[in-house]
Amino acid sequence: MFDAVARNIGFLMGGFGVTLQLSFFALTGGIALGALVGLGRISKNKWIYRPITLYVNFIRNLPLLLVIFWFYFVMPIIAGRPLNPFLSAVIAFIIFEATYFGEIFRAGYQSISKDLSAAAYSTGMTYTQTARYILVPIAFRRMLPSLITQSIVTFQDTSLAFVIGLQEFVRRTSIVDNLEVRSIQLYGFVAIVFFIFCFIGSKISRHFEEKGRKTGLL
Amino acid sequence: MGFAYDFDWGVLWRQPYGIWLLQGLWLTIKIGFLGWIIAFFWGILIGTLRVTPWRWLRFFASAYTEIFRNIPFLVQLFFWYYAGPMLFGETFGRQINQIVGLNFYVAVLALGLYTASRVAEHMRAGFASISPDQYQAVLSTGMTQYQMYRYVIIPYALRIITPPLTTEFLTIFKNSSVAMTIGVAELTFMSYRIDAETFHGLEATTGAMAIYLVLGLTVVRVMSIVENRFKIPGMVGR
Repeated sequence: MFDAVARNIGFLMGGFGVTLQLSFFALTGGIALGALVGLGRISKNKWIYRPITLYVNFIRNLPLLLVIFWFYFVMPIIAGRPLNPFLSAVIAFIIFEATYFGEIFRAGYQSISKDLSAAAYSTGMTYTQTARYILVPIAFRRMLPSLITQSIVTFQDTSLAFVIGLQEFVRRTSIVDNLEVRSIQLYGFVAIVFFIFCFIGSKISRHFEEKGRKTGLL
Repeated sequence: MGFAYDFDWGVLWRQPYGIWLLQGLWLTIKIGFLGWIIAFFWGILIGTLRVTPWRWLRFFASAYTEIFRNIPFLVQLFFWYYAGPMLFGETFGRQINQIVGLNFYVAVLALGLYTASRVAEHMRAGFASISPDQYQAVLSTGMTQYQMYRYVIIPYALRIITPPLTTEFLTIFKNSSVAMTIGVAELTFMSYRIDAETFHGLEATTGAMAIYLVLGLTVVRVMSIVENRFKIPGMVGR
């Protein structure tokens, strides 16, 4: 039933490896930049707040596919030499996903009430202690379900690097399909692999959400 | 340093490229609207099935949402386009493949089915936000289950979830760009096609970005009117 998949399993899984690499860089970069973007979105300084807000609203109104193309075209001009598609895809994903992660971080930061830090200070804690033991852990636990959900979305989004010829999972599958013409099993296989990973991820996200609700954190 | 790049913004209005972008925009709007019609009604149905008293229907609806949400849209689109016709068997599949403009229909259908799973999730959240007392109050007036959902609960839930549905409606236009991968000549496809002909992909994609932004702002304008119209009095806006 999966004979064409079995014949090309090494090639296909190599593509899945590229997908995982792409996801890894997109997630670490996107979450790190997103944490800063979230800070910028709650900044009282308008010279920080306004440009960051403009950047977030601008990117969130564009299709990811177009952003991938745009960076694919603009990166060689900035670098002054042809770049490999992997690098331009990673940069496009980081810039794009950081706006989505940024909004999650903003909500997380804003969910911390002034009373909470005041209460921590009143016990004699310093600012660093308050942040380290009270604010950051609570904000993190509140954000965790959304962060996981957005990570799953990012993982799925990496398939769009297909369009600039990057040999990730879907691109390699379409290469195999062109030779084997076994579309049902090949695309079915990709769908199943993605489904397993994303389904487990969404269950983990839901677990933390339930846990947060039970402890009254959410 | 590096190689110089000669900007040529003329590709945005020089013919035939300018008209290509507008044709692409028209197709983007068409895919978005048609996909939305499927997503809206199918999503309401799936979302409602998730809260019905019948176990098998609930199972079907939740399996549907899990499957469609946990597989990348690109993979879904490829599956329907390349494998879909074969599911109907050899001869019938070949006939389907001969349909003119098949990629457009598949794109609309795939986008609709995918977005429906997201609409269904919002629908479920809407039902959850209606208190159980309301359900009992409706049933106590002598309405049947069907009447309760049709005349009270679904219209009520829809009014509650209008803001997230607006976001989905915006997203469907953005997601329609994925249709370019099966050769539907929508806006992103056209900007790429201009690059293939002129090597000025940067200007073309920047132009396409501007068009998407205008489209997005227009949709937000229109939807804010809709939101105000359907807002439940006494409830806080977003």
